[in-house]
Amino acid sequence: MNWKLWSLKKSIWVFHVNAGACNNCDIEIVNLLTPRFDVERFGIKLVGSPRHADALLVTGAGTRQAAVRLREVYRQTAKPCVVFCMGACACGTGIFEGGYHIAGPVDKIIKEVDPNAIIAYVPGCPPKPEAMISGVVKALSAL
Amino acid sequence: MKQEELDNRLSEIEGELLGVERTADTRIFLSCESEKVYAVCKFLFEELQLRFVISTGVDAEHCFEVLHHFTNDESGCIVTVKAMIGDRETPELESIAPLIPGAEWIEREMHDILGINFRNHPNLRRLILDDDWPEGVYPLRKDVKV
Amino acid sequence: MSQATRKPVLAVGPFHPLQEEMEFFQLTVDGEIVTDIDVRISYNHRGIEKLSETLQFDQVPFLVSRICGICSASHPLAYVQAVEEIAGVTPPERALYVRTIINELERIHSHLLWVGLAGHFIGYDTVFMWAWKYREPVLDLLEEITGNRNNYGNVKVGGCREDVPDELKPKILKELDVIEKKTEMLTKAVLDDPIIHARLKGVGVLTKEDGVKFAVTGPTARGSGIDIDVRHDDPYAAYADLDWSVISQPEGDVFAKAVVRLLETIEAVKIARQAVQKLPKGPVAVEVKEIPPGEGCGHAEAPRGETFHYVRSDGGNRPVRHKVRAPSYVNVPSFRASCIGEHIADVTITLAAVDPCYSCTERIAVVDSHNKILHDYDELLRLSRAKTAQLKKEIGAPEMKLEDF
Repeated sequence: MNWKLWSLKKSIWVFHVNAGACNNCDIEIVNLLTPRFDVERFGIKLVGSPRHADALLVTGAGTRQAAVRLREVYRQTAKPCVVFCMGACACGTGIFEGGYHIAGPVDKIIKEVDPNAIIAYVPGCPPKPEAMISGVVKALSAL
Repeated sequence: MKQEELDNRLSEIEGELLGVERTADTRIFLSCESEKVYAVCKFLFEELQLRFVISTGVDAEHCFEVLHHFTNDESGCIVTVKAMIGDRETPELESIAPLIPGAEWIEREMHDILGINFRNHPNLRRLILDDDWPEGVYPLRKDVKV
Repeated sequence: MSQATRKPVLAVGPFHPLQEEMEFFQLTVDGEIVTDIDVRISYNHRGIEKLSETLQFDQVPFLVSRICGICSASHPLAYVQAVEEIAGVTPPERALYVRTIINELERIHSHLLWVGLAGHFIGYDTVFMWAWKYREPVLDLLEEITGNRNNYGNVKVGGCREDVPDELKPKILKELDVIEKKTEMLTKAVLDDPIIHARLKGVGVLTKEDGVKFAVTGPTARGSGIDIDVRHDDPYAAYADLDWSVISQPEGDVFAKAVVRLLETIEAVKIARQAVQKLPKGPVAVEVKEIPPGEGCGHAEAPRGETFHYVRSDGGNRPVRHKVRAPSYVNVPSFRASCIGEHIADVTITLAAVDPCYSCTERIAVVDSHNKILHDYDELLRLSRAKTAQLKKEIGAPEMKLEDF
């Protein structure tokens, strides 16, 4: 395991991307910062730019309009990075399957840019904050 | 205004309408020809001071329909103006956005998803479909399958 | 157009950690004053109305519940009310009360969410953390009643899917007492704070006249003296049987909208409490065998305003047309009227005052701007918080005290 991944495991900076989500997953992500879950004590920090991020937390089924920007954000994110598909929509378009404006799911969109992207899936609608934390920890342990 | 007064005042425009349907005490549908829509909406919005709610565009297979929904908050009555557009090749309707700025977005949306042109709309640009969406494909038309 | 006049353009969006949806407002400015706004939306458009036509009537509530996470109870309720209108069905009384309880709990957690975000935008991060901390018990209650913190899946045509067990009533009442106490304390702290007065009064004013033209709804309307509330005007669920008041303020500024939301939260506790105490006995659903041809309009007062659903049936088992209108669809455009003439430091909080739920509008805006970006969202947020800091220095008031934090 190289030193970059080791340092990633010490503290992980995440950038949140809404790729056409209903907000539930997004709010649960913001909930992670609030006193009950308080992920900052684990070194998980929400940053304002993908250039500073180690991981992307992507929500939403990946609408056509969002897909263009999602690919751009992925390109701008420093590598190595992990893409977390948060929620049923990001994992596999969820209840919006077949919609005419859906370009997703998220892994399909990311792999168009980088077929070797590291992608983790946290299902749920929305996944509870505990599930999100558990997903992030599991993914990092597997790296 | 009270429901009784609303019912009385609506009779003032009966001459402009093709029909009035009451599905309930507080649910009224006014059908009219597409040329009369602006005048009827102007009456409801300016004279009766009903609140604009939203519009619904429908592909009714033999024609297009545009429904403008208004509400009289005091009595909880929803008054819907239903316009039939017989021309399926080039469906058009007079825009009510110059009268009601709140209708600007929904007319742009109906233009995107059903291909209805709104004459005199101040800003009929694409609203909800993405930048790369193909021209001439209107997703809410019945011939477009999911 | 900004290119023709060569006016500087500020881009707000598309990504920011605390602005959950992607939305792109292109602001044209003259110096530091906003002179025009263009909003381009499409990001969140998932084609829900078309998907509805492929689902059976009883499956649609699950779809529309996911239009927006924080109006997750209001959308399905408005939809089933439209279908019940077509079918001529009245749900049993107990169902109406259960619907009321869940919708008011949603209003409480949604308004607390808003207060938190508004606090963040003006630099009161304590308020943000505090409000979101006290949202949690409400979400826990909703989870106990419906099985999920969000996306309750509780309404169906004819009533509710799940009952509120009578054994749970004492716990709900106890939690409501705690929520009431915390919200009253937060309300008092916010309303008494001279810096918040200075920061939010007179900012982002939406006049009553503009409000009517843009057909706004919810706290955006009630904060501008437009006294409308679907729960009162066209009562549904159990609202006509309960004792409560519509909250409105005439000033139209961000402060007025904050007051409306805070006082509505306390009112929501009162409504929920009455609904629990008066919960009638009986079933929570009637069986509905088929939906005849016809059309129905259902509306409900979501936390952001009126959600309106129009449904048309041809007698089959799927809707022929399902129109969804979320409150933000009419509220967000009114941002044009409330933001033009404002200083760029006030843009974030003026937009927040609309409490935009972009998901509800099924869209997120992105505009490809070829203009140079002068200030990104972080900069606008910094300007907003800096203005508050400056006011703090000038007024010299003590830090806001929030108990138990």
